[in-house]
Amino acid sequence: MCTVCGCGDGETRIEGAAHDHAHHAHEHGHSHGHSHAHDHDHGHSHDHDHHHGHSHGADGSLDFGAGAAGVHVSGQSQTRLIEIEQNILAKNDEIAARNRARLEAAGIIAINLMSSPGSGKTTLLVETIQALKDRLPIAVIEGDQQTSSDAARIRETGVPALQINTGKGCHLDAGMVSVALDHMPLPEGGILFIENVGNLVCPAGFDLGEARRVVLASVTEGEDKPLKYPEMFATADAMVISKTDLLPHLTFDVEALVANARKVRPRLDILRTSSTSPDGLGTWVRWLEGLAGQLRHAAE
Amino acid sequence: MHEMSLAIGVVEVIESEARKQGFARVERIVLEVGALACVDASALEFGFEAAGKGTKAEGAVLEILTPPGAAYCFACQKSVPISRKGDPCPDCGGYQLVVTGGEELKIKSLEVC
Repeated sequence: MCTVCGCGDGETRIEGAAHDHAHHAHEHGHSHGHSHAHDHDHGHSHDHDHHHGHSHGADGSLDFGAGAAGVHVSGQSQTRLIEIEQNILAKNDEIAARNRARLEAAGIIAINLMSSPGSGKTTLLVETIQALKDRLPIAVIEGDQQTSSDAARIRETGVPALQINTGKGCHLDAGMVSVALDHMPLPEGGILFIENVGNLVCPAGFDLGEARRVVLASVTEGEDKPLKYPEMFATADAMVISKTDLLPHLTFDVEALVANARKVRPRLDILRTSSTSPDGLGTWVRWLEGLAGQLRHAAE
Repeated sequence: MHEMSLAIGVVEVIESEARKQGFARVERIVLEVGALACVDASALEFGFEAAGKGTKAEGAVLEILTPPGAAYCFACQKSVPISRKGDPCPDCGGYQLVVTGGEELKIKSLEVC
């Protein structure tokens, strides 16, 4: 089983090819060898940041009290306590950091697009690509449990798209994206959209190395989605409200949706879209272009 | 069910520590899973039991510490306790909050032999 995403061996497929190779090359080379010459029975706290999964291997051996994290447990001479202080998602976060550095170096804005199934992620992408492809290089990574129909839809617009099938997996992880980046032409100076698996829960926990996280909420869903799935909205940079052309037919309170989203994420950009109306993507497209401009400016 | 991914991550860390530090078995694992971490402790325990089979983590006792949720309220200009994301400040009722604690997801320590 994959150690990062929990997928079964060979279950994650990248465009039809069983993926049991680089996805699993998640070794994290750290083991920074500082040793602590301290008494073994104090409350050993480290002030450095363990976010990237530093564990204390020291020199590989560990004597009671002498090693990186040796704390002798009195009365249990055969047992010892090893303090690890390691983030459980450290491996994912480390690969995500590598993805981010790689994308930034190529001047690529990566957008992690998340929502429940059926909110209109792929349709939004197809229309967004039509609006932007003459001005910016674009590529798409599509995440789904099965089928490559979404990638095929994107490719019809003329931009490169790579499908990742997660098999039983409920989310994309940084390792999958890292492999995908090796297998596709990268849109240098442009935008890479990463369409996550339709799921408002698990994708929130996995950094892919994106520049921005965008969550879609369609007006055919409930106004209380942000409160029901706070984690997703709390980690998002922008909320796209999709299918707004349907509002005349619905009893949907857009302001309530916005208020609920801002309860979990006070500084959330709100972008109303309709993929079927003329200029229905205006605010979203301008938001993306603004982002491209900002990042380009920052790079100069 | 991303708890399964997390459980497998925990087992992987244990196996890697076992190679580095040379221990045969883990008796107890202390995890820190913050109250706002979006992780269900019982699902994690279940996943861990399954993921640990045949590894040095098999049979280990999983102890899960739950640091409480905390946030900084910009209106009150102080730290306040919160029990869920999306909850208002318990003092002023506002939502201008930034979560500062309770999102931990960490392996604290291993008791090994």
